[in-house]
Amino acid sequence: MTLSVKISHRFDGFNLDVSFHAPAGVTVLFGGSGSGKTTVVNAVAGLIKPNSGRVAVDDSVLFDTDRRQWLAPHKRRLGYVFQEGRLFPHLTVRQNLLYGRWFAPKSAPREDLDHVVEMLGIGHILKRHPAMLSGGEKQRVAIGRALLASPKLILADEPLAALDHARKAEILPYFERLRDEVSVPILYVSHSAAEVARLATTVVALQDGRVVGQGPAAEVLGDPMVTPLGARAAGAMLVATVVAHHSDGLSELDAGGVRLLLPKVSHATGKRIRVRIAAQDVLLSRERPKGLSALNVLPGTVELVRSGAGPGAIVSIDTQAGRVLARVTRRSAKALGLAKGVKCHAIIKTVAVAPEDVSATAIPN
Amino acid sequence: MDWLSPQEWNAVALSLRVSFWATLVSLPLAIFVAHVLARWTFTGRQLLNGFVHLPLILPPVVTGYLLLLTFGTQGPVGGLLQKVGIVFAFRWEGAALAAGIMAFPLMVRAIRLSIEAVDPKLEQASATLGASRIWVFVTVTLPLILPGVIAGAILAFAKAMGEFGATITFVSNIPGQTQTLPSAVYAFLQVPGAESSALRLVIISVVVAMSALLLSEVISKRIARRVAGA
Repeated sequence: MTLSVKISHRFDGFNLDVSFHAPAGVTVLFGGSGSGKTTVVNAVAGLIKPNSGRVAVDDSVLFDTDRRQWLAPHKRRLGYVFQEGRLFPHLTVRQNLLYGRWFAPKSAPREDLDHVVEMLGIGHILKRHPAMLSGGEKQRVAIGRALLASPKLILADEPLAALDHARKAEILPYFERLRDEVSVPILYVSHSAAEVARLATTVVALQDGRVVGQGPAAEVLGDPMVTPLGARAAGAMLVATVVAHHSDGLSELDAGGVRLLLPKVSHATGKRIRVRIAAQDVLLSRERPKGLSALNVLPGTVELVRSGAGPGAIVSIDTQAGRVLARVTRRSAKALGLAKGVKCHAIIKTVAVAPEDVSATAIPN
Repeated sequence: MDWLSPQEWNAVALSLRVSFWATLVSLPLAIFVAHVLARWTFTGRQLLNGFVHLPLILPPVVTGYLLLLTFGTQGPVGGLLQKVGIVFAFRWEGAALAAGIMAFPLMVRAIRLSIEAVDPKLEQASATLGASRIWVFVTVTLPLILPGVIAGAILAFAKAMGEFGATITFVSNIPGQTQTLPSAVYAFLQVPGAESSALRLVIISVVVAMSALLLSEVISKRIARRVAGA
């Protein structure tokens, strides 16, 4: 199933003009606040009527201004996970979960309630009302409610934004399971690079109402020209296999034949995982460094140097482990003579990789 | 009930019947109008709002007279209704109509406030899960506004029990037929020596009104607690 979206909408002096395709898996609409992400999702859901455009899931058209087609929100067969959960306060968790099923066509493929309850770990709270739930529990119920509506498409609008750090870490794995176990495409809005790196199959980067990059997650995140949140938040994504867990609290990974040492990851040896390397945490050196505390040194070749308006520059380096982005000053880029084709070493400080930047992945090998 | 004379008892029973039907029949319409005023956007909304509030502002005797003009057997609506066998003028049904119309603004106000307090985002969520407008209302809005609906209904019932001006103008003051409790109090006060009858009815009035208010408080609090899931 593929979602295709083409929307233009003008409001309050803001122009939204986007066009993208979302294949199966998680497509993350990635951008800062005011980039138009939520407007796109609400247009797909039918909660706002864009000036013009077309949205379709495979052959079924949700709206098409050229052909004057408009499907009311309740006929779109969606599962929308809102930022604030929006559980019905007068219903129990169980009633909330089954709410959408009541309206879904009887012929629609059904998720099994017990399976969803087990997957989300909410069996013990089925009889409670939403007022008695923690923030994390509410969001898990909201995910289950969307899933059980037999949707053709799941929408999630920053479902973790209202949660604290610990709750985020609690919910993210459920979205990973959703991505890996459910065939329905998921359109997920986020302004967090860490979430994108963990969840996204496809990334659509938005900036000021326009698509500035789209494609497979590793490609878009590793593109120094695409920085919807600014250079500060840039960071590439590597795929690596867990080789061993060491007793000194480090895990050894293999990324395309290069050894990486990271703070201990929770995944078993042999597992393929995604690791986001923030561009801020990468140093560059022309010589192979000696007497340096950093444990990870990746030799490679400079692909591109992108200078911004400020003092910084982003350098993309093609290494054996994959593409790495580094954020350096323009002055150092000049001093090192960094330019396309120049050999250099990317140095990643081990402790810089935060646990939320690491996730198990089911991306195709 | 020895302590009430048959005439007094009739007046109390009639008032209860009139108020009951006035409240029951106007409730669905009040919910609908409150929903329209709270959630729909259309030109003429302020006009509708003003029209609904008219009975609250007009002198009751004017409302009664307008009812008589409209629903009297010679009136445009009353004449038509008479052909299908429905007569309001000088009947207890007319008293119920007058009481219903006088209580309508109070009921609409209470329900409208509670509809406005419902987060439209919940209604949106319901729509994305497949509920049509009517199902959104039945499964989300209505349960959440139930405290307001009940408070509004009880308030309207109490107001209907006390309605006097429009009723006496529209259906007169016929003992046993259209003499409601306030009308009876008024009638007793016109007769020398009937003050004790009037006083007994006054006490009943006060008790009914106070119990209605207290009951509405208790019920809506209890429901609000249940709705909030605490």
